Amino acid sequence: MDELIKYAPDLGLGFLENVKLSLVAAVASLILGTVLVAMRVSPTPVLRAAGTIYVNVVRNTPLTLVLAFSALGLSDQLGLVFSDVPLTNSFWIVAMGLSVYTAAFVCEALRAGINTVNMGQAEAARAIGLTFMQSLTLIVLPQAFRAVVAPLGSVMIAMIKNTTVATAGGFLADSAAVMKITFDTTGASIPIFLGIVVAFMVLTMPIGFFTGWLSRRLAVAR
Amino acid sequence: MTENGDATPLVQLENVNKHFGTLHVLKNINLTVSRGEVLVVIGPSGGGKSTLCRTINRLETINDGKIIFDGQVLPDEGKALARLRSDVGMVFQSFNLFAHKTIRENVTLGPMKVRGKARDAANQRAMELLERVGIAAQADKYPAQLSGGQQQRVAIARALAMDPKMILFDEPTSALDPEMVQEVLDVMIGLARDGMTMMVVTHEMGFARRAANRVVFMAEGQIVEENTPDEFFTNAQTDRARDFLSKILTH
Repeated sequence: MDELIKYAPDLGLGFLENVKLSLVAAVASLILGTVLVAMRVSPTPVLRAAGTIYVNVVRNTPLTLVLAFSALGLSDQLGLVFSDVPLTNSFWIVAMGLSVYTAAFVCEALRAGINTVNMGQAEAARAIGLTFMQSLTLIVLPQAFRAVVAPLGSVMIAMIKNTTVATAGGFLADSAAVMKITFDTTGASIPIFLGIVVAFMVLTMPIGFFTGWLSRRLAVAR
Repeated sequence: MTENGDATPLVQLENVNKHFGTLHVLKNINLTVSRGEVLVVIGPSGGGKSTLCRTINRLETINDGKIIFDGQVLPDEGKALARLRSDVGMVFQSFNLFAHKTIRENVTLGPMKVRGKARDAANQRAMELLERVGIAAQADKYPAQLSGGQQQRVAIARALAMDPKMILFDEPTSALDPEMVQEVLDVMIGLARDGMTMMVVTHEMGFARRAANRVVFMAEGQIVEENTPDEFFTNAQTDRARDFLSKILTH
Protein backbone atom coordinates (compact mmCIF):
# COMPACT_ATOMS: atom_id res chain seq x y z
CA MET A 1 0.00 0.00 0.00
CA ASP A 2 2.91 2.31 0.76
CA GLU A 3 4.13 2.12 -2.83
CA LEU A 4 0.71 3.01 -4.13
CA ILE A 5 0.55 6.13 -1.97
CA LYS A 6 4.13 7.08 -2.78
CA TYR A 7 3.76 6.78 -6.52
CA ALA A 8 0.12 7.80 -6.71
CA PRO A 9 0.77 11.41 -7.84
CA ASP A 10 3.09 10.31 -10.67
CA LEU A 11 0.79 7.51 -11.71
CA GLY A 12 -2.13 9.91 -11.51
CA LEU A 13 -0.43 12.35 -13.86
CA GLY A 14 0.42 9.57 -16.31
CA PHE A 15 -3.13 8.25 -16.08
CA LEU A 16 -4.48 11.72 -16.83
CA GLU A 17 -2.64 11.53 -20.16
CA ASN A 18 -4.47 8.26 -20.89
CA VAL A 19 -7.74 10.05 -20.20
CA LYS A 20 -6.81 12.93 -22.51
CA LEU A 21 -5.79 10.49 -25.24
CA SER A 22 -9.08 8.65 -24.81
CA LEU A 23 -11.13 11.80 -25.18
CA VAL A 24 -9.34 12.94 -28.33
CA ALA A 25 -9.42 9.48 -29.87
CA ALA A 26 -13.11 9.00 -29.03
CA VAL A 27 -14.16 12.17 -30.82
CA ALA A 28 -11.79 11.74 -33.76
CA SER A 29 -12.53 8.05 -34.31
CA LEU A 30 -16.30 8.57 -34.22
CA ILE A 31 -16.01 11.30 -36.86
CA LEU A 32 -13.56 9.41 -39.04
CA GLY A 33 -15.50 6.16 -38.62
CA THR A 34 -18.67 7.89 -39.80
CA VAL A 35 -16.87 9.25 -42.85
CA LEU A 36 -15.51 5.78 -43.57
CA VAL A 37 -18.90 4.11 -43.34
CA ALA A 38 -20.34 6.74 -45.66
CA MET A 39 -17.62 5.78 -48.12
CA ARG A 40 -18.28 2.07 -47.69
CA VAL A 41 -21.98 2.38 -48.52
CA SER A 42 -21.65 5.12 -51.15
CA PRO A 43 -22.74 4.52 -54.74
CA THR A 44 -19.27 5.51 -55.99
CA PRO A 45 -17.11 2.41 -56.54
CA VAL A 46 -13.82 4.27 -55.96
CA LEU A 47 -14.95 5.53 -52.54
CA ARG A 48 -16.32 2.12 -51.63
CA ALA A 49 -13.03 0.46 -52.55
CA ALA A 50 -10.99 3.05 -50.64
CA GLY A 51 -13.13 2.55 -47.54
CA THR A 52 -12.89 -1.22 -47.77
CA ILE A 53 -9.12 -1.18 -48.21
CA TYR A 54 -8.68 1.25 -45.32
CA VAL A 55 -10.76 -0.82 -42.93
CA ASN A 56 -9.17 -4.12 -43.87
CA VAL A 57 -5.62 -2.85 -43.72
CA VAL A 58 -5.94 -0.87 -40.50
CA ARG A 59 -8.17 -3.31 -38.66
CA ASN A 60 -5.83 -6.19 -39.34
CA THR A 61 -2.65 -4.37 -38.30
CA PRO A 62 -1.62 -4.65 -34.64
CA LEU A 63 -2.07 -1.36 -32.84
CA THR A 64 1.54 -1.30 -31.71
CA LEU A 65 2.58 -1.35 -35.37
CA VAL A 66 0.13 1.41 -36.26
CA LEU A 67 1.52 3.57 -33.46
CA ALA A 68 5.14 2.74 -34.24
CA PHE A 69 4.52 3.57 -37.88
CA SER A 70 2.87 6.85 -36.91
CA ALA A 71 5.84 7.84 -34.77
CA LEU A 72 8.76 6.42 -36.75
CA GLY A 73 7.34 6.48 -40.26
CA LEU A 74 5.03 9.44 -40.45
CA SER A 75 6.66 11.67 -37.88
CA ASP A 76 10.37 10.90 -38.01
CA GLN A 77 10.72 9.86 -41.66
CA LEU A 78 8.04 11.86 -43.42
CA GLY A 79 8.21 14.86 -41.13
CA LEU A 80 4.65 14.97 -39.84
CA VAL A 81 4.95 17.33 -36.88
CA PHE A 82 2.09 18.62 -34.75
CA SER A 83 4.17 20.58 -32.26
CA ASP A 84 7.75 21.62 -31.55
CA VAL A 85 7.45 20.35 -28.00
CA PRO A 86 8.39 16.65 -28.26
CA LEU A 87 5.94 15.52 -25.61
CA THR A 88 3.04 17.41 -27.17
CA ASN A 89 4.03 16.21 -30.61
CA SER A 90 4.12 12.57 -29.56
CA PHE A 91 0.77 13.00 -27.80
CA TRP A 92 -0.87 14.06 -31.06
CA ILE A 93 0.97 11.41 -33.08
CA VAL A 94 -0.33 8.72 -30.75
CA ALA A 95 -3.79 10.29 -30.64
CA MET A 96 -3.85 10.22 -34.44
CA GLY A 97 -2.65 6.61 -34.65
CA LEU A 98 -5.18 5.48 -32.07
CA SER A 99 -8.01 7.38 -33.78
CA VAL A 100 -7.13 6.02 -37.20
CA TYR A 101 -7.05 2.50 -35.76
CA THR A 102 -10.26 2.81 -33.73
CA ALA A 103 -12.10 4.43 -36.65
CA ALA A 104 -11.91 1.16 -38.57
CA PHE A 105 -13.84 -0.56 -35.77
CA VAL A 106 -16.29 2.31 -35.45
CA CYS A 107 -16.90 2.04 -39.19
CA GLU A 108 -17.66 -1.67 -38.99
CA ALA A 109 -19.96 -1.25 -35.98
CA LEU A 110 -21.86 1.45 -37.85
CA ARG A 111 -22.05 -0.65 -40.98
CA ALA A 112 -23.66 -3.42 -38.95
CA GLY A 113 -26.09 -0.75 -37.73
CA ILE A 114 -26.89 0.32 -41.28
CA ASN A 115 -27.76 -3.27 -42.09
CA THR A 116 -30.43 -3.22 -39.39
CA VAL A 117 -32.17 -0.26 -41.05
CA ASN A 118 -34.90 -1.43 -43.37
CA MET A 119 -34.22 -0.85 -47.08
CA GLY A 120 -37.60 0.85 -47.29
CA GLN A 121 -36.34 3.72 -45.13
CA ALA A 122 -33.69 4.66 -47.67
CA GLU A 123 -36.14 4.13 -50.53
CA ALA A 124 -38.69 6.43 -48.94
CA ALA A 125 -35.96 9.00 -48.36
CA ARG A 126 -34.90 8.87 -51.99
CA ALA A 127 -38.51 8.91 -53.14
CA ILE A 128 -39.16 12.33 -51.56
CA GLY A 129 -36.12 13.69 -53.37
CA LEU A 130 -33.39 13.53 -50.73
CA THR A 131 -29.90 13.11 -52.18
CA PHE A 132 -27.77 10.13 -51.22
CA MET A 133 -25.91 12.13 -48.57
CA GLN A 134 -29.15 13.52 -47.15
CA SER A 135 -30.75 10.05 -46.97
CA LEU A 136 -27.64 8.78 -45.22
CA THR A 137 -27.23 11.60 -42.71
CA LEU A 138 -30.91 12.32 -42.01
CA ILE A 139 -32.53 8.91 -42.20
CA VAL A 140 -30.16 5.96 -42.29
CA LEU A 141 -27.24 6.90 -40.01
CA PRO A 142 -29.36 8.28 -37.14
CA GLN A 143 -31.18 4.95 -36.99
CA ALA A 144 -27.95 2.98 -37.49
CA PHE A 145 -26.28 4.84 -34.59
CA ARG A 146 -29.15 4.02 -32.27
CA ALA A 147 -28.95 0.37 -33.17
CA VAL A 148 -25.25 0.10 -32.34
CA VAL A 149 -24.84 2.32 -29.29
CA ALA A 150 -23.88 -0.66 -27.13
CA PRO A 151 -21.35 -2.14 -29.62
CA LEU A 152 -19.89 1.35 -30.08
CA GLY A 153 -19.50 1.45 -26.30
CA SER A 154 -17.44 -1.73 -26.52
CA VAL A 155 -15.30 -0.18 -29.22
CA MET A 156 -14.73 2.84 -26.97
CA ILE A 157 -13.86 0.65 -23.98
CA ALA A 158 -11.31 -1.23 -26.09
CA MET A 159 -9.91 2.08 -27.29
CA ILE A 160 -9.48 3.40 -23.75
CA LYS A 161 -7.59 0.28 -22.74
CA ASN A 162 -5.52 0.63 -25.91
CA THR A 163 -4.20 3.97 -24.66
CA THR A 164 -1.85 1.86 -22.53
CA VAL A 165 -0.01 0.95 -25.72
CA ALA A 166 0.79 4.62 -26.31
CA THR A 167 4.47 4.02 -25.54
CA ALA A 168 4.71 2.17 -28.85
CA GLY A 169 4.28 5.58 -30.46
CA GLY A 170 6.96 7.08 -28.23
CA PHE A 171 4.50 8.84 -25.96
CA LEU A 172 5.16 8.66 -22.21
CA ALA A 173 8.09 6.36 -22.92
CA ASP A 174 9.91 8.08 -20.06
CA SER A 175 7.16 7.44 -17.54
CA ALA A 176 6.92 3.86 -18.67
CA ALA A 177 10.64 3.50 -18.13
CA VAL A 178 10.34 5.09 -14.69
CA MET A 179 7.55 2.70 -13.89
CA LYS A 180 9.64 -0.25 -14.96
CA ILE A 181 12.56 0.91 -12.82
CA THR A 182 10.19 1.36 -9.91
CA PHE A 183 8.96 -2.16 -10.31
CA ASP A 184 12.53 -3.45 -10.60
CA THR A 185 13.71 -1.65 -7.49
CA THR A 186 10.71 -2.01 -5.23
CA GLY A 187 9.77 -5.46 -6.44
CA ALA A 188 6.52 -6.41 -8.07
CA SER A 189 3.91 -4.08 -6.68
CA ILE A 190 0.51 -5.63 -6.61
CA PRO A 191 -1.12 -2.53 -5.09
CA ILE A 192 0.10 -0.40 -8.02
CA PHE A 193 -1.24 -2.88 -10.54
CA LEU A 194 -4.53 -3.07 -8.74
CA GLY A 195 -4.69 0.71 -8.47
CA ILE A 196 -4.30 1.07 -12.24
CA VAL A 197 -6.86 -1.65 -12.89
CA VAL A 198 -9.36 0.14 -10.69
CA ALA A 199 -8.59 3.46 -12.37
CA PHE A 200 -9.35 1.97 -15.79
CA MET A 201 -12.50 0.32 -14.56
CA VAL A 202 -13.65 3.67 -13.22
CA LEU A 203 -13.30 4.97 -16.77
CA THR A 204 -14.65 2.05 -18.74
CA MET A 205 -17.41 0.53 -16.64
CA PRO A 206 -19.61 3.63 -16.69
CA ILE A 207 -19.29 3.63 -20.47
CA GLY A 208 -20.70 0.11 -20.56
CA PHE A 209 -23.58 1.01 -18.27
CA PHE A 210 -24.23 4.33 -19.98
CA THR A 211 -24.29 2.94 -23.51
CA GLY A 212 -26.47 0.04 -22.40
CA TRP A 213 -28.96 2.48 -20.90
CA LEU A 214 -28.70 4.82 -23.89
CA SER A 215 -29.33 2.05 -26.41
CA ARG A 216 -32.53 1.07 -24.61
CA ARG A 217 -33.60 4.69 -24.46
CA LEU A 218 -32.88 5.48 -28.08
CA ALA A 219 -34.15 2.22 -29.51
CA VAL A 220 -36.27 2.98 -32.55
CA ALA A 221 -39.59 1.21 -32.37
CA ARG A 222 -40.36 -0.49 -35.64
CA MET B 1 -63.99 12.09 -64.23
CA THR B 2 -62.76 13.25 -67.56
CA GLU B 3 -59.18 13.76 -68.53
CA ASN B 4 -58.29 17.39 -68.45
CA GLY B 5 -55.37 19.76 -68.64
CA ASP B 6 -52.31 19.59 -70.85
CA ALA B 7 -52.56 17.33 -73.85
CA THR B 8 -48.99 16.01 -73.56
CA PRO B 9 -48.81 12.92 -71.38
CA LEU B 10 -47.14 13.25 -68.00
CA VAL B 11 -45.45 9.87 -68.23
CA GLN B 12 -44.38 8.01 -71.35
CA LEU B 13 -42.78 4.58 -71.31
CA GLU B 14 -41.32 3.48 -74.63
CA ASN B 15 -40.16 -0.10 -75.20
CA VAL B 16 -39.07 -0.50 -71.60
CA ASN B 17 -37.30 -3.74 -70.73
CA LYS B 18 -36.04 -4.89 -67.37
CA HIS B 19 -34.29 -8.08 -66.34
CA PHE B 20 -33.56 -9.44 -62.87
CA GLY B 21 -30.77 -11.81 -63.78
CA THR B 22 -32.33 -14.30 -66.16
CA LEU B 23 -35.84 -13.19 -65.29
CA HIS B 24 -37.38 -10.85 -67.85
CA VAL B 25 -39.70 -8.84 -65.60
CA LEU B 26 -40.73 -6.04 -67.94
CA LYS B 27 -41.16 -6.97 -71.57
CA ASN B 28 -41.31 -4.15 -74.06
CA ILE B 29 -43.65 -1.95 -72.06
CA ASN B 30 -45.31 0.96 -73.84
CA LEU B 31 -47.55 3.06 -71.67
CA THR B 32 -48.59 6.64 -71.22
CA VAL B 33 -50.19 8.35 -68.25
CA SER B 34 -52.04 11.58 -68.94
CA ARG B 35 -52.20 14.51 -66.57
CA GLY B 36 -55.02 14.10 -64.08
CA GLU B 37 -55.49 10.48 -64.99
CA VAL B 38 -55.98 7.70 -62.46
CA LEU B 39 -54.41 4.56 -63.83
CA VAL B 40 -54.90 1.30 -62.00
CA VAL B 41 -52.51 -1.56 -62.67
CA ILE B 42 -53.80 -5.01 -61.79
CA GLY B 43 -52.70 -8.53 -62.45
CA PRO B 44 -51.33 -11.66 -60.84
CA SER B 45 -48.42 -11.52 -58.37
CA GLY B 46 -45.01 -11.57 -59.98
CA GLY B 47 -46.40 -10.05 -63.16
CA GLY B 48 -44.19 -6.96 -62.95
CA LYS B 49 -46.74 -4.45 -61.64
CA SER B 50 -44.67 -3.16 -58.74
CA THR B 51 -41.51 -3.11 -60.81
CA LEU B 52 -43.30 -1.05 -63.45
CA CYS B 53 -44.46 1.39 -60.79
CA ARG B 54 -40.99 1.68 -59.31
CA THR B 55 -39.28 2.38 -62.64
CA ILE B 56 -41.17 5.65 -62.94
CA ASN B 57 -39.20 7.31 -60.15
CA ARG B 58 -36.21 5.12 -60.92
CA LEU B 59 -36.20 3.16 -57.69
CA GLU B 60 -35.74 0.41 -60.27
CA THR B 61 -33.41 1.04 -63.18
CA ILE B 62 -34.32 -0.26 -66.61
CA ASN B 63 -32.16 -2.18 -69.06
CA ASP B 64 -33.40 -0.53 -72.20
CA GLY B 65 -36.14 1.66 -73.51
CA LYS B 66 -37.02 5.16 -72.47
CA ILE B 67 -39.09 6.75 -69.71
CA ILE B 68 -40.10 10.36 -70.13
CA PHE B 69 -41.58 12.27 -67.21
CA ASP B 70 -43.07 15.69 -67.82
CA GLY B 71 -41.23 16.06 -71.11
CA GLN B 72 -37.85 15.02 -69.70
CA VAL B 73 -36.06 11.69 -69.97
CA LEU B 74 -35.46 10.28 -66.47
CA PRO B 75 -32.02 11.38 -65.27
CA ASP B 76 -29.58 8.58 -64.45
CA GLU B 77 -28.49 9.75 -61.01
CA GLY B 78 -27.43 12.63 -58.83
CA LYS B 79 -29.17 15.92 -58.16
CA ALA B 80 -31.27 15.81 -61.32
CA LEU B 81 -32.72 12.46 -60.31
CA ALA B 82 -33.39 13.70 -56.76
CA ARG B 83 -35.23 16.69 -58.24
CA LEU B 84 -37.35 14.43 -60.42
CA ARG B 85 -38.20 12.20 -57.49
CA SER B 86 -39.31 15.19 -55.47
CA ASP B 87 -42.00 15.72 -58.11
CA VAL B 88 -43.19 12.11 -58.02
CA GLY B 89 -44.82 11.05 -54.78
CA MET B 90 -44.59 7.44 -53.75
CA VAL B 91 -46.66 5.41 -51.33
CA PHE B 92 -45.25 2.02 -50.43
CA GLN B 93 -46.90 -1.23 -49.45
CA SER B 94 -45.01 -1.21 -46.13
CA PHE B 95 -45.56 2.54 -45.48
CA ASN B 96 -41.85 3.19 -44.83
CA LEU B 97 -42.45 6.13 -42.54
CA PHE B 98 -39.17 7.36 -41.04
CA ALA B 99 -39.16 5.36 -37.82
CA HIS B 100 -37.08 7.79 -35.75
CA LYS B 101 -39.13 10.85 -36.63
CA THR B 102 -42.54 11.98 -35.44
CA ILE B 103 -45.54 12.00 -37.76
CA ARG B 104 -45.20 15.74 -38.23
CA GLU B 105 -41.46 15.49 -38.93
CA ASN B 106 -42.14 12.76 -41.48
CA VAL B 107 -44.32 15.18 -43.39
CA THR B 108 -42.13 18.29 -43.01
CA LEU B 109 -38.76 16.69 -43.78
CA GLY B 110 -39.08 16.73 -47.57
CA PRO B 111 -40.45 20.26 -47.87
CA MET B 112 -37.71 21.60 -45.57
CA LYS B 113 -34.71 19.64 -46.83
CA VAL B 114 -35.60 19.31 -50.50
CA ARG B 115 -37.75 22.37 -51.19
CA GLY B 116 -36.02 24.63 -48.65
CA LYS B 117 -39.31 25.60 -47.00
CA ALA B 118 -39.15 27.40 -43.65
CA ARG B 119 -40.05 25.29 -40.62
CA ASP B 120 -43.18 27.27 -39.75
CA ALA B 121 -44.58 27.10 -43.25
CA ALA B 122 -43.76 23.41 -43.51
CA ASN B 123 -45.38 22.70 -40.14
CA GLN B 124 -48.50 24.59 -41.07
CA ARG B 125 -48.83 22.75 -44.38
CA ALA B 126 -48.13 19.43 -42.65
CA MET B 127 -50.94 20.03 -40.19
CA GLU B 128 -53.34 20.90 -43.03
CA LEU B 129 -52.44 17.68 -44.81
CA LEU B 130 -52.63 15.58 -41.65
CA GLU B 131 -56.04 17.15 -41.02
CA ARG B 132 -57.07 16.15 -44.52
CA VAL B 133 -56.08 12.51 -43.98
CA GLY B 134 -57.53 12.54 -40.46
CA ILE B 135 -54.34 12.11 -38.42
CA ALA B 136 -53.79 15.64 -37.08
CA ALA B 137 -54.36 14.52 -33.48
CA GLN B 138 -51.43 12.09 -33.71
CA ALA B 139 -48.91 14.58 -35.12
CA ASP B 140 -46.41 14.23 -32.30
CA LYS B 141 -46.47 10.45 -32.08
CA TYR B 142 -43.98 8.11 -33.70
CA PRO B 143 -44.95 5.83 -36.61
CA ALA B 144 -44.82 2.64 -34.51
CA GLN B 145 -47.54 4.07 -32.26
CA LEU B 146 -50.02 4.26 -35.14
CA SER B 147 -52.10 1.57 -36.80
CA GLY B 148 -51.22 0.46 -40.30
CA GLY B 149 -54.09 2.38 -41.83
CA GLN B 150 -53.06 5.53 -40.00
CA GLN B 151 -49.44 5.08 -41.04
CA GLN B 152 -50.43 4.70 -44.66
CA ARG B 153 -52.51 7.87 -44.52
CA VAL B 154 -49.49 9.68 -43.07
CA ALA B 155 -47.43 8.29 -45.96
CA ILE B 156 -49.95 9.83 -48.35
CA ALA B 157 -49.69 13.15 -46.51
CA ARG B 158 -45.90 12.92 -46.74
CA ALA B 159 -46.14 12.44 -50.49
CA LEU B 160 -48.64 15.30 -50.85
CA ALA B 161 -46.42 17.67 -48.87
CA MET B 162 -44.02 17.77 -51.81
CA ASP B 163 -46.81 19.03 -54.10
CA PRO B 164 -46.02 16.23 -56.53
CA LYS B 165 -47.09 16.16 -60.15
CA MET B 166 -48.05 12.54 -59.69
CA ILE B 167 -48.27 9.92 -56.97
CA LEU B 168 -47.31 6.30 -57.39
CA PHE B 169 -49.10 3.81 -55.14
CA ASP B 170 -47.36 0.45 -54.86
CA GLU B 171 -49.98 -1.89 -53.38
CA PRO B 172 -50.92 0.64 -50.71
CA THR B 173 -53.50 -1.55 -48.96
CA SER B 174 -51.92 -4.99 -49.29
CA ALA B 175 -50.19 -4.89 -45.89
CA LEU B 176 -53.24 -3.61 -44.04
CA ASP B 177 -55.70 -5.38 -41.79
CA PRO B 178 -59.01 -5.65 -43.66
CA GLU B 179 -60.83 -3.11 -41.50
CA MET B 180 -58.23 -0.47 -42.31
CA VAL B 181 -58.30 -0.78 -46.07
CA GLN B 182 -61.31 1.47 -46.57
CA GLU B 183 -59.91 4.46 -44.66
CA VAL B 184 -56.89 4.48 -46.98
CA LEU B 185 -58.96 3.97 -50.10
CA ASP B 186 -61.23 6.84 -49.06
CA VAL B 187 -58.26 9.19 -48.95
CA MET B 188 -57.13 7.93 -52.37
CA ILE B 189 -60.58 8.37 -53.87
CA GLY B 190 -60.57 11.92 -52.52
CA LEU B 191 -57.25 12.58 -54.25
CA ALA B 192 -58.54 11.14 -57.51
CA ARG B 193 -61.57 13.44 -57.35
CA ASP B 194 -59.26 16.41 -56.81
CA GLY B 195 -57.54 15.61 -60.09
CA MET B 196 -54.25 14.15 -58.83
CA THR B 197 -52.44 12.07 -61.41
CA MET B 198 -52.14 8.62 -59.91
CA MET B 199 -50.74 5.26 -60.85
CA VAL B 200 -52.07 2.64 -58.48
CA VAL B 201 -50.91 -0.95 -58.29
CA THR B 202 -53.64 -2.69 -56.34
CA HIS B 203 -55.81 -5.72 -55.83
CA GLU B 204 -58.74 -3.56 -54.76
CA MET B 205 -61.16 -4.01 -57.64
CA GLY B 206 -63.69 -1.77 -55.90
CA PHE B 207 -61.23 1.10 -56.03
CA ALA B 208 -60.48 0.40 -59.69
CA ARG B 209 -64.18 0.52 -60.55
CA ARG B 210 -64.88 3.65 -58.56
CA ALA B 211 -61.85 5.83 -59.16
CA ALA B 212 -59.88 4.64 -62.18
CA ASN B 213 -59.98 6.25 -65.61
CA ARG B 214 -58.17 3.32 -67.07
CA VAL B 215 -57.18 -0.18 -66.04
CA VAL B 216 -54.00 -1.85 -67.19
CA PHE B 217 -53.79 -5.61 -66.82
CA MET B 218 -50.28 -6.98 -66.53
CA ALA B 219 -49.10 -10.57 -66.51
CA GLU B 220 -45.70 -12.17 -67.07
CA GLY B 221 -44.07 -8.80 -67.54
CA GLN B 222 -46.35 -7.67 -70.33
CA ILE B 223 -49.27 -5.33 -70.61
CA VAL B 224 -51.92 -7.77 -71.72
CA GLU B 225 -54.86 -5.45 -71.86
CA GLU B 226 -55.81 -1.86 -71.13
CA ASN B 227 -59.29 -0.47 -71.04
CA THR B 228 -61.79 1.59 -69.11
CA PRO B 229 -62.79 -0.07 -65.83
CA ASP B 230 -66.34 -0.76 -67.01
CA GLU B 231 -65.21 -2.40 -70.22
CA PHE B 232 -62.44 -4.32 -68.53
CA PHE B 233 -64.53 -5.78 -65.73
CA THR B 234 -67.58 -6.60 -67.81
CA ASN B 235 -66.04 -7.40 -71.14
CA ALA B 236 -62.37 -8.36 -70.91
CA GLN B 237 -60.86 -9.03 -74.31
CA THR B 238 -58.16 -11.57 -73.52
CA ASP B 239 -58.36 -15.06 -72.05
CA ARG B 240 -55.61 -14.22 -69.58
CA ALA B 241 -57.57 -11.30 -68.16
CA ARG B 242 -60.87 -13.22 -68.11
CA ASP B 243 -59.14 -16.05 -66.27
CA PHE B 244 -57.70 -13.63 -63.71
CA LEU B 245 -61.02 -11.89 -63.20
CA SER B 246 -62.90 -15.14 -62.82
CA LYS B 247 -60.59 -16.06 -59.97
CA ILE B 248 -60.90 -12.84 -58.05
CA LEU B 249 -64.47 -11.75 -58.74
CA THR B 250 -66.31 -14.97 -57.95
CA HIS B 251 -66.00 -14.56 -54.20
